[in-house]
Amino acid sequence: MYKYDEFDQSIVDTRVAEFRDQVARRLAGEISEDQFKPLRLMNGLYLQLHAYMLRVAVPYGTLSSRQMRMLAHIARKYDRDYGHFTTRQNIQYNWIKLEDAPDILADLASVEMHAIQTSGNCIRNTTSDQFAGAAADEVTDPRPWAELLRQWSTFHPEFSYLPRKFKIAIVAAEEDRAAIKLHDIGLQLYNNDAGELGFRVFVGGGMGRTPMVAPVIREFLPTGDFLSYLEACLRVYNRYGRRDNIYKARIKILVHELGAAEYARQVEEEWAHVKTLGLDPPPGEFERIAAQFALPAFETGIADTVDRSDPDFAVWLDQNVKAHKQPGYAIVNISLKPVGGIPGDASSAQIDLMADLAETYSFDELRVTHAQNIVLPHVKKADLYTIWQKLVAADLASANLDLISDIIACPGLDYCSLANARSIPVAQKIAKRFEGLDRQRDLGELKLKISGCINACGHHHAGHIGILGVDRKGTENYQLLLGGSGAEDASLGRITGPGFDEDGVVDAIERAIEKYRTLRTDGERFLDTYRRVGMDPFKEAIYG
Amino acid sequence: MKLLTGNNLKTGDVVWWTGSDWSRHIAEAADVDGHGEAIAAAEEAARRVNAPYVIDGEATPTGPRPGHIKDRIRAAGPTVRPDLNIKPADPTAGGWVI
Ligand code: SF4
Repeated sequence: MYKYDEFDQSIVDTRVAEFRDQVARRLAGEISEDQFKPLRLMNGLYLQLHAYMLRVAVPYGTLSSRQMRMLAHIARKYDRDYGHFTTRQNIQYNWIKLEDAPDILADLASVEMHAIQTSGNCIRNTTSDQFAGAAADEVTDPRPWAELLRQWSTFHPEFSYLPRKFKIAIVAAEEDRAAIKLHDIGLQLYNNDAGELGFRVFVGGGMGRTPMVAPVIREFLPTGDFLSYLEACLRVYNRYGRRDNIYKARIKILVHELGAAEYARQVEEEWAHVKTLGLDPPPGEFERIAAQFALPAFETGIADTVDRSDPDFAVWLDQNVKAHKQPGYAIVNISLKPVGGIPGDASSAQIDLMADLAETYSFDELRVTHAQNIVLPHVKKADLYTIWQKLVAADLASANLDLISDIIACPGLDYCSLANARSIPVAQKIAKRFEGLDRQRDLGELKLKISGCINACGHHHAGHIGILGVDRKGTENYQLLLGGSGAEDASLGRITGPGFDEDGVVDAIERAIEKYRTLRTDGERFLDTYRRVGMDPFKEAIYG
Repeated sequence: MKLLTGNNLKTGDVVWWTGSDWSRHIAEAADVDGHGEAIAAAEEAARRVNAPYVIDGEATPTGPRPGHIKDRIRAAGPTVRPDLNIKPADPTAGGWVI
């Protein structure tokens, strides 16, 4: 894992001291809320429905046990004993006191963490594949580039006030586990026909009010040109992005209005200039960073088989454990989606337990996933049964990864001041309706995603089944969407028709799923069947 | 009726204007009919409240009820965590949210 150098640490420590002073001045009345609000937002502190909310960045979703324990400590000491893992691989605390915020940031800084750039019209935390460095199918570990992005984008003076917020995701496998085509910039590392490593660059994707799948802007970008090319992408956006209309300010609108080819041409033109500025780091600097992501000291020649004699364990194994690149090792997914629970929430005791498991069994490493789960990336197969038993005891062993109850749900109207409707109770009712694991496993991969408003933090456009909460004359109403995907086969869901109340949308989903069961051919997922037969049969089943 | 609400500046707690002070309990909220904005401005200037605003509410036998679900959830707490409600020991608290 990356370790802060003295510059990283002093930047973060200085920011804590600065914010401590700003909070003191606010509490003493020396600055008004209008003056203070942009300052607190730059440090991830929002005013939400019930209190201040702090969003802490988890760079590319990677955490050490020590950092994870600090997240538990903050939940326990300053919040209400739990945290909420988000679709941006971050964590949010919902009950923060302004007067505690500087101490919390100081605690975070002590473990090389912060909340900088988790709000505002700047480059946000870069997200990545939660299996990075472990996945059997990756060409390389994408995180050294993500770290380079973190360093480049932190306090980047030119990109601190972009037309709108800016999100970058990076993967290095054919399977897209980070929804790269639904980001402002999506980067896919791959080897070209000549065997050279480079990036396929997607620009202009996004969800929200105007969802778009990003087009390819450059088919192959040599890794050495990485930062200068991104600088050019951002410069064109910063210059021409719409600042007159918040709903048209994201880069997706610019790329759409210019056309991908014209945007790409402008980037190339800008890049010809930027490339001369010496922005790309010397290879030695990249190697310094990459060395910190070196593979852990895996044991070799160890058993590559697992005793499956406990049937409940075998189900969890099949559903939640994924292939590792190293023989004898596996990737463990810890579901934060127990039936009746709140998607993405974990108590401080659970967070501590996951930190302990990582320390003992996963080379001290954890990942947060955009699907609001946690990953132990490097687990010896021989330890899987012990880990599973400990997860069972902590109510963390739901064997539902990528099944219908592994629901992405934003905080919605239970916590979020922008919400139109609650997301969590809908997720809970759906999980309850499809509670039996046999039924869920029979349905196979089914990604269900819920947002409480058009901002789409719950990725509803990218759900095989998506739900969007709307406000219909003061009451909660839910639109249903089918056919979205955030994976390598990215697509946007289509609205089925008129919306439903909370129970109505659960019934409608069950009708759509029963229809799928009658229509599917062997091995077809819900999404595949939908793509083959189209909306009409589902519409008929839903509305009769 | 009109209710005045906001958040405590230091703690972020949701608070309601009682006629003379701020309370975390909506049952103690007063009708600010016509005076809400002036009270809000004075209280905000005195740093006793953050982001105050006036809402519509109705008087009920159990006390004032905000007109919009968002403010009812603010008043009671998240509907999915009754243990974190304003009165966690009272299972009927927040029964009027939905
Ligand atoms: S989608 Fe809307 S309701 Fe949900 S967290 Fe985002 S802003 Fe809030």
